[in-house]
Amino acid sequence: MSDVAVRVEGLGKQYRIGGKRERYRTLRDTLADAFTAPFRRAGRLLRGQAYGAAGLEETIWALKDVSFEVKHGEVVGIIGRNGAGKSTLLKVLSRITEPTEGYADVYGRVGSLLEVGTGFHPELTGRENIYLNGAILGMTRAEIDRKFDEIVDFAEIERFMDTPVKHYSSGMGLRLGFAVAAHLEPEILVVDEVLAVGDAAFQKKCLGKMGEVAGEGRTVLLVSHNMAAIQALCHQSIWIEGGRVNQNGGTQKVIESYLDSAYAWTTNTSGILPIFSQTHGIGITGCSVHLDPSNDGYTTLRIEIEIETTRILKRIGLGITLTTTEGTLVSMVDPYVTEDIIDRVDHRCRCTFICDEIDRYLAGGDYVLSIWVEKPRVEYLIRAEKVTKITIPARDLFGTGRHFQLQRNGFVPLPMRLAIEAE
Amino acid sequence: MAEKVHSRPVAVPERDPIPVVHIAPSRGWVSLRLRELWQYRELFYFLTWRDVKVRYKQTVLGAAWAIIQPFFTMVVFSLFFGQLAKVPSDGIPYPIFSYAALVPWTFFANGLSQSSNSLVGSANLIKKVYFPRLVVPLSSVISGVVDFALAFVVLLGMMLFFGIAPTANVIWLPLLLLLAFVTALGVGLWLSAMNVQFRDVRYMVPFLTQFWMFATPIAYPSSLIENETLRLLYGLNPMAGVVEGFRWALLNTDTAPGPMVLVSAAAALALLVSGAFYFRRMEKTFADVV
Repeated sequence: MSDVAVRVEGLGKQYRIGGKRERYRTLRDTLADAFTAPFRRAGRLLRGQAYGAAGLEETIWALKDVSFEVKHGEVVGIIGRNGAGKSTLLKVLSRITEPTEGYADVYGRVGSLLEVGTGFHPELTGRENIYLNGAILGMTRAEIDRKFDEIVDFAEIERFMDTPVKHYSSGMGLRLGFAVAAHLEPEILVVDEVLAVGDAAFQKKCLGKMGEVAGEGRTVLLVSHNMAAIQALCHQSIWIEGGRVNQNGGTQKVIESYLDSAYAWTTNTSGILPIFSQTHGIGITGCSVHLDPSNDGYTTLRIEIEIETTRILKRIGLGITLTTTEGTLVSMVDPYVTEDIIDRVDHRCRCTFICDEIDRYLAGGDYVLSIWVEKPRVEYLIRAEKVTKITIPARDLFGTGRHFQLQRNGFVPLPMRLAIEAE
Repeated sequence: MAEKVHSRPVAVPERDPIPVVHIAPSRGWVSLRLRELWQYRELFYFLTWRDVKVRYKQTVLGAAWAIIQPFFTMVVFSLFFGQLAKVPSDGIPYPIFSYAALVPWTFFANGLSQSSNSLVGSANLIKKVYFPRLVVPLSSVISGVVDFALAFVVLLGMMLFFGIAPTANVIWLPLLLLLAFVTALGVGLWLSAMNVQFRDVRYMVPFLTQFWMFATPIAYPSSLIENETLRLLYGLNPMAGVVEGFRWALLNTDTAPGPMVLVSAAAALALLVSGAFYFRRMEKTFADVV
């Protein structure tokens, strides 16, 4: 047997998104069409043309010309922006949906984990759901019997095994779902973003379990936005952009170029702005970041943000977060904590966050800015993720000619000195 | 929080040889892949078990509903058709005449409507996991057998009450039930696959079952049709064969299922096979459209 686990060749998947309609010329045509269309559609339906029947003409390629190979025992990360086609790829590989062109050969049983707790029935007990969910994921009854205790143990819900799942907290449901999935033993495991659920402790546990699975020589395809997780688990990574493979190779290199591309936006052309929320009638329309040297040799950070609303909004909070490029939270300026509340916005508002001596508090390096607007303690109105990259200059903190760097030394440039006591 | 270390079995239990799956676009009509269906029998079992278990959860009357439905229909029929309209009943008391037909009919009608909505109801499964989709409508029809058994017990009780002994022909009952099952599944396959595309089906099904009920000799005997050829054609409605067969086997009416039940069986089989192929053809679009 060759050592290839998955071979994908020229894979493409087309979706119909609808919208296109022929123009009606006269009222008579419109009426006539209204009467004949249902029959035409019914006819197409009976001939087995699913989409033709719905009259959906416009199409997009969610995947196009995707080719790659995964060897047995490899753990491969799949990264890319939202809507790049990552999930579609996993769906095709797990045979949930058919490709439109190309092919994929899969050598071994595939366990797909696109969601935690698929098929849980709220009326059934935890015990019953373990069997149901296990069977849905492709385990045999004997297999579930054998691993039952282990699953219960992992989920940490022994006391609630005979309680209907509808009475579970959402966290318990997630734990149970992941516990079942984690005990699947297919040759090839396909995982979509399931690590993004649960609290920090549980995420850590899931990550540990994934590492364990990867260590057992199982083939794993993992989609995640969590670069730290991808880095920790995968040697190889595939970066998908616009339905095509953009880069395929060693994880470190792929992640670096992905992050570079994703954040290489200047302040004004960040790509995500302007962003609007129809429901709340609000948009974040502009943002510019300024790093100005001040007299004392430090740097002042100014973040100017522009908001537009379709009506007058009262008492809203504006918040920002700084994260590392890997997504770790560095600082959140939370209006709930700062109580910097904007009393009234009449269609347009410009505000500026100012932090003097930013480089006194943060190590030199790249940070990613996200912005959100909320009704404090009520609801989020809108969020703009990863608006721009902010590069804070590194400082020669100790006057040694060497700089305190985010990548090497951590977030906080503590002016910690060593006091050497003479004997 | 301390993390537990799990011991894993050292040797992986013996498994079938590693399967190779070729994933490529399919065109036109495709095979039914019944072997694969067999491989997924455990999932089929668990889905059926779930349907049975969940069916009467959080209801006050619980499984009594399985009896209430046909029983009270029988009461209403007996009052209006039996007493008022004086519909003939092949020489046996009208209540048991209609109830013996309502028991298989209820099984059929529930199976039909449950399976028609089954795919849409399992949308989250279909979008997240692969398995032969045929399992879904199949298990929703099968799970109705439990209800059938409950209603059937009441039927036996009524026969005792009316002093009617079953004939030796009861050995044919399982086959007649199978015929009802095949018909329900055949129609269910067509409708469930269509329902994925068009939710019109959901509104169509109650109408369909209602019309079908009046087109089936439940409230009246098929002996009302005197022309032999016409009665044969009546068998094109497979449920006509089922219902008359039930009466013949249990109540000893002289509606022995001769050529009529053969016509019914042929019609049911045609429905099933065409439904299965149509279903398989549409299957590839389910996850994208549902």
